[in-house]
Amino acid sequence: MNALILLITASLFVAIGFLITFLWAVKSGQFEDTHTPAFRILLDGNGKPVDKNKEQKQGNSNGR
Amino acid sequence: MSATEEKTTCYHCGLDCDSTKIAVGEKIFCCNGCKMVFELLEANDLCQYYDLDRTPGTTPPEQGTETKFGYLDDSSIQQQLLHLSDGSTATVVFHIPNLHCSACIWLLESLYKIEPGVLHSRVNFLRKTVSITFDRDQVSLRKVVELLTSIGYEPRISLENIQQETDRKTRQSLYLKIGLAGFGFANIMLLSLPEYFAGPGKIPSEFTKFFGFLNILLALPVFFYSGWDYLRSAWYSLKSRSVNMDVPIAIGIITLFSRSIFEIVSRHGPGWLDSFSGLVFLLLLGRLFQEKTYQTLSFERDYKSYFPISVLRISGEKEESVPLSRLGIGDRILIRNNEIVPADSVLIRGAGRIDYSFVTGESETVAKVSGDLIFAGGRQQGSAIELEVVKDVSQSYLTQLWNSDAFKKQGGTRITTLANQISKYFTAVVIGIASFAGLYWLVVNPNYALNAFTAVLIIACPCALALATPFTLGNVLRVFGRNRLFMKNTTAVEQLSRIDTILLDKTGTLTDTKKINATFVPVLNKRPLSRDELRLIKTVVRHSTHPLSRKIYASIGQEVYDGVLKRFEEFPGEGIEAEVSGHTVRIGSARFAGGDGDETTDSGSTVHIAVDGELKGYFRMNIQYRAGYEQLLKQLGKRYDLLLVSGDNDRERKVLEPFFAGEKALFFNQTPFDKLELVKSLQRAGRRVMMVGDGLNDAGALKQSDVGITISEDVNSFSPACDGILDAGGFSLLPRFLRYSSHSMHIIRASFVISFLYNAIGLGFAVQGILSPLISAILMPLSSISVVVFTTAATNFVAGKLGLKGYYGFKTNNS
Repeated sequence: MNALILLITASLFVAIGFLITFLWAVKSGQFEDTHTPAFRILLDGNGKPVDKNKEQKQGNSNGR
Repeated sequence: MSATEEKTTCYHCGLDCDSTKIAVGEKIFCCNGCKMVFELLEANDLCQYYDLDRTPGTTPPEQGTETKFGYLDDSSIQQQLLHLSDGSTATVVFHIPNLHCSACIWLLESLYKIEPGVLHSRVNFLRKTVSITFDRDQVSLRKVVELLTSIGYEPRISLENIQQETDRKTRQSLYLKIGLAGFGFANIMLLSLPEYFAGPGKIPSEFTKFFGFLNILLALPVFFYSGWDYLRSAWYSLKSRSVNMDVPIAIGIITLFSRSIFEIVSRHGPGWLDSFSGLVFLLLLGRLFQEKTYQTLSFERDYKSYFPISVLRISGEKEESVPLSRLGIGDRILIRNNEIVPADSVLIRGAGRIDYSFVTGESETVAKVSGDLIFAGGRQQGSAIELEVVKDVSQSYLTQLWNSDAFKKQGGTRITTLANQISKYFTAVVIGIASFAGLYWLVVNPNYALNAFTAVLIIACPCALALATPFTLGNVLRVFGRNRLFMKNTTAVEQLSRIDTILLDKTGTLTDTKKINATFVPVLNKRPLSRDELRLIKTVVRHSTHPLSRKIYASIGQEVYDGVLKRFEEFPGEGIEAEVSGHTVRIGSARFAGGDGDETTDSGSTVHIAVDGELKGYFRMNIQYRAGYEQLLKQLGKRYDLLLVSGDNDRERKVLEPFFAGEKALFFNQTPFDKLELVKSLQRAGRRVMMVGDGLNDAGALKQSDVGITISEDVNSFSPACDGILDAGGFSLLPRFLRYSSHSMHIIRASFVISFLYNAIGLGFAVQGILSPLISAILMPLSSISVVVFTTAATNFVAGKLGLKGYYGFKTNNS
């Protein structure tokens, strides 16, 4: 009996973890733009520091 | 694919470069602007731009931008544009009309490589906006805008972003509420299942206690956060002595919640918390469905977003760009081709040719000479002119319209939705039945009295009823959207079903201002123009920027222009003289072309043609009505009172009169204020008025009317404040839209009946005092789901019947 109570409590905590993730996702604006990220994932060299990028970019433009 | 064709296209923007070719290495550009963008990108190692999409660029503007953005240095303007200034970093959101492909996203998000002062930039593709965070110590706002402009992404700057910010906030909190309610609903249901399966009393009391405690814990946020809006709305409604739909909902929610808590705490039973949270969850889902918004469209624009933010002021020798708010009476301003006159002014220098079509509804440009008064809102066509401001921007002839009270009242007080009308009686009946059942049991068996009373309130909670309207109208909204009518909200759709009078604007609404075509009328007893003559004329008008020239050019068709232009001279207000292939061609007014003006019996505007001194005839500008306008007017005339209000003269009276009920239904030469007054007087006579218009001159009438629909060639361009924006392509569907909206009200009534049936079944249990949590847990979702399924199926079915594109998926359709 006690095991069940323990398990239910534990599962509820896991569920609350997901709920918090969801709340965070909404708060951070992830549901505001559902279109652009689909493009962004296909684009190289985003959000990286400028210096590191230089070398990588060279490779890219030669590659294609 | 265009690369393999023989024609060379610009590497940057993809336009044909037949006239000019500028080569850099193997790459060919159509103009210096494109070349410069390429060189800038190459220097910054950003040529990947061209790999992502073929010819992704847009031609940057040629004209001098040095002074154009000077107003951005003004600190009051900056304060309005910059979102948050934390130390030296600031964020600004720009609308970029040119944003169109993945390469655009990539380049705009790589801005920091070109300008180190830019810390971060992020694109929202659907809204066509870019949010740029930059360091104000390193780069100014003006520099950022100039950079964007120089790479071909000129932002459209306006000061109206505040509204979107609040929209974003409410939407976010709705998501949060739904998330919490859904979470509560699912978990409470899970914890309630043992009780339902085992039957009452079969579960060890230690579990019942534990489950009950957890359920209360889970239900608390659902009640106090997710459901709070309903309680508050009901409270406000009662305070203003009315009963809206939220009142019976609030009664249901409060009863459910408090009785459940009581039962759990007093160990009477498991409570109804699963039904309670499910109810809130479904209601919120309905609201989400209802609040379909078109992110790229704005329904609240006033003249400020049509007018420029700044204007070139001339003081002495200096030209500086100043914000409109600082423009004063007596200032000298410079208005260039295609720019808008921001305040009533007097023409000082230059040839004014003002296009008032958007402001007054006049279809032709008006010639102005120095000393003439030019009203604000007119658009200059042709060379630059110098003006002296005589009135403040907000006190100008047109902008005064926004000072009228139609724009001051917030929201409509005339609106009572069907659901709110019903809920008054519904609430009364429910409370009546509940009291009756309570009293009955008080006499028969007092132990059941409270039970029966609350059970009636619980089961009668109009969840299905409350879902019928948002789901039906939400579907209608989407069907409209698929057919290119974008309504502001579901209330506007409901209003649409009730109108009985339709006011139509003429210019730009019934007519297509962009498609005025020209037909040639030869001088009496002469032949039409020969092919050679047509070529000569086409060669000349090709080089003119006058709007009439362009219309003649377009009407001549696919003839090859092989004429060689030797001399070209434009006489403002009169016409053009040119020498082509050895012939002298004069195009312009009758007097200019050598006629005496008698040969025109047309009242419309005409352009006369003379070749080698011999008058050939004239081009008549025909007003082009939108396709299907006759059918449209006939159909609308059958069901509604049709009125025409036009700012234009009554030249078209003969054409239009047959469609309207007599002379009195046609109003010509109406000022924007006349239109507004007409709507008001109709409303005073008890009419429900729909205004269909397009320009700023209709803005007052659009705002005042019960439903204001704006017709627009490009739904993303400017349109005055209204309830709906109709794409010009969907113009002929208007009668169907109206019919559909009234059918949708039938669908709502039908789903009310369905939900009443479920209520009756539930009430059957409730008055007997035998409503168990299990029955309620089944009945409530079942009734809601049936209503949702019914409305979705019915709205799609009716849409199909009416020949409108149905709505089947959840895809947005305005991208």
